Amino acid sequence: MRLYATVAAGGFRRHATYRVATAAGVFTNTVFGFILSYTYIALWDERPQLGGYSMDDALAYVWIGQALITVCGMMGGGFEDELIERIRTGDIAVDLYRPADLQIWWFSANLGRSAYQLLGRGIAPMAAGWLAFRFTLPAGPGSWLAFMVAVALGSTVGFAIWYLVAMSAFWLMDGQGVVQVAWLGGLFFSGMLLPLNVFPGALGEVARVLPWASLLQVPADVYLGTYEGWELAGAYAFQGGWALVLLGAGRAVQAAATRKVVVQGG
Amino acid sequence: MVAGMWIRSTMTYRASFALTVVTNFCVTFFDFVVILLMFGQVEGLGGFAFAEVALLYGTAGTAFGIADLTMGSLQRMGSRVRDGSLDTFLMRPAPLLAQVAGDKFALRRFGRVTQGLLVLVWSLCLLDVAWTPVKLVLLPVTVVSGAVIFGAVMVLGASVLFWMQDAAEVTNSFTYGGNTLLQYPPTIFAKDLVRGVVYVVPLAFVNWLPALYVLDRPAPAGVPEWAAFASPLVAAVCCGVAGLAWRAGIRAYRSTGS
Repeated sequence: MRLYATVAAGGFRRHATYRVATAAGVFTNTVFGFILSYTYIALWDERPQLGGYSMDDALAYVWIGQALITVCGMMGGGFEDELIERIRTGDIAVDLYRPADLQIWWFSANLGRSAYQLLGRGIAPMAAGWLAFRFTLPAGPGSWLAFMVAVALGSTVGFAIWYLVAMSAFWLMDGQGVVQVAWLGGLFFSGMLLPLNVFPGALGEVARVLPWASLLQVPADVYLGTYEGWELAGAYAFQGGWALVLLGAGRAVQAAATRKVVVQGG
Repeated sequence: MVAGMWIRSTMTYRASFALTVVTNFCVTFFDFVVILLMFGQVEGLGGFAFAEVALLYGTAGTAFGIADLTMGSLQRMGSRVRDGSLDTFLMRPAPLLAQVAGDKFALRRFGRVTQGLLVLVWSLCLLDVAWTPVKLVLLPVTVVSGAVIFGAVMVLGASVLFWMQDAAEVTNSFTYGGNTLLQYPPTIFAKDLVRGVVYVVPLAFVNWLPALYVLDRPAPAGVPEWAAFASPLVAAVCCGVAGLAWRAGIRAYRSTGS
């Protein structure tokens, strides 16, 4: 346990050293937040209460999305490139010899990264967005807490997805293609571009049960107070269920890969 | 030549390459699906009909796609400055900018250009424009100037990386962000934001101003009518500024010494 806590702290500290990158990220998220906010305002002007959201709810949704991009890894987990590179070059053999579990090791490192991203890249754009647009805030401290639980679960699902993606490199060597497919899925089905409850008909129904819904749609709805009591438990169960399934799949693939791994290089 | 090398290296993993081309097409396609979904819910956005928004999307998307294809690799330069591998480039007898642009040249980015062009052609079929010779010439000029403006912004962003290796994401907000911005009608954005992309970072010249002329709509935020024809001039000025910044960047470059 101590080992993994150290790894998590290391992940946090490592990302905290890239201060310029964090500032650049905050700037970019804020710019995108502004652009998206204006398009949503135009859309909700035409169709008030679209998807069951008021204008203020929709604007909150935009900024929650910008705050959580790197936290939940909608467009990339932030660790898979490194892991794929280690698999491609054969460095992974060294990792497999370590007296630590590969998946838990990377999970811990990602946990630290995720926590840093929440503090470093989450709070500032959201504060800027609130000053400009005065969107809906959670009802009270209890709602904030419920939201943070949903974010933690979302971040876990995000990790599980990207870990599976990275594992594919054991067979494909070059992970680029799979990374791109996952990136595409994440971008569209997490609801980054448009809330999933605005998606029409069957597309919307499918999108809302896919794992990516855990990354943004569920945390945003928890934030907006859509779920109460048992419904909230149901939302957590949805995220937790996907987390377990995907982490389990990650373990299975990892086991299969290590049984037949052929290490590259000399 | 550098680009050719990277093309050959990408072809080593054929399955992965095929996937990246298809997904690159899809990534931008999903971008457009969002606009389709929006218009599934509403008749118009900011007073613009679907075909008009599609024209904005097609022109911005094609221009950005071309710029991304040729200059998109510049973003990676930050890490080359950081780890000192840029030194190898400086030793070679070829212009640094060409080498860095060709670095990890990704043929898959053709997907983006193709998708932009498809939407552009589709919008032209849907639109009911009173075509004049001026408008017919203006359209291709717009796309080319737009690509040059986006390219200049990318070079300018890369120049900053000589000093701040980690700041690559700031360029994204002007390139990717600008691309998203220009896909929507200027009427939905705040006046100050529109003025900003006309007078500060001249992204409005990529497509907004000329496209509005083609659509017989007034220019936004009190910009004069003739500005619709200024895109090539603006593109040239952008190149000049980017070129100066790039040279200043190279002079300021200090190797890591490793």
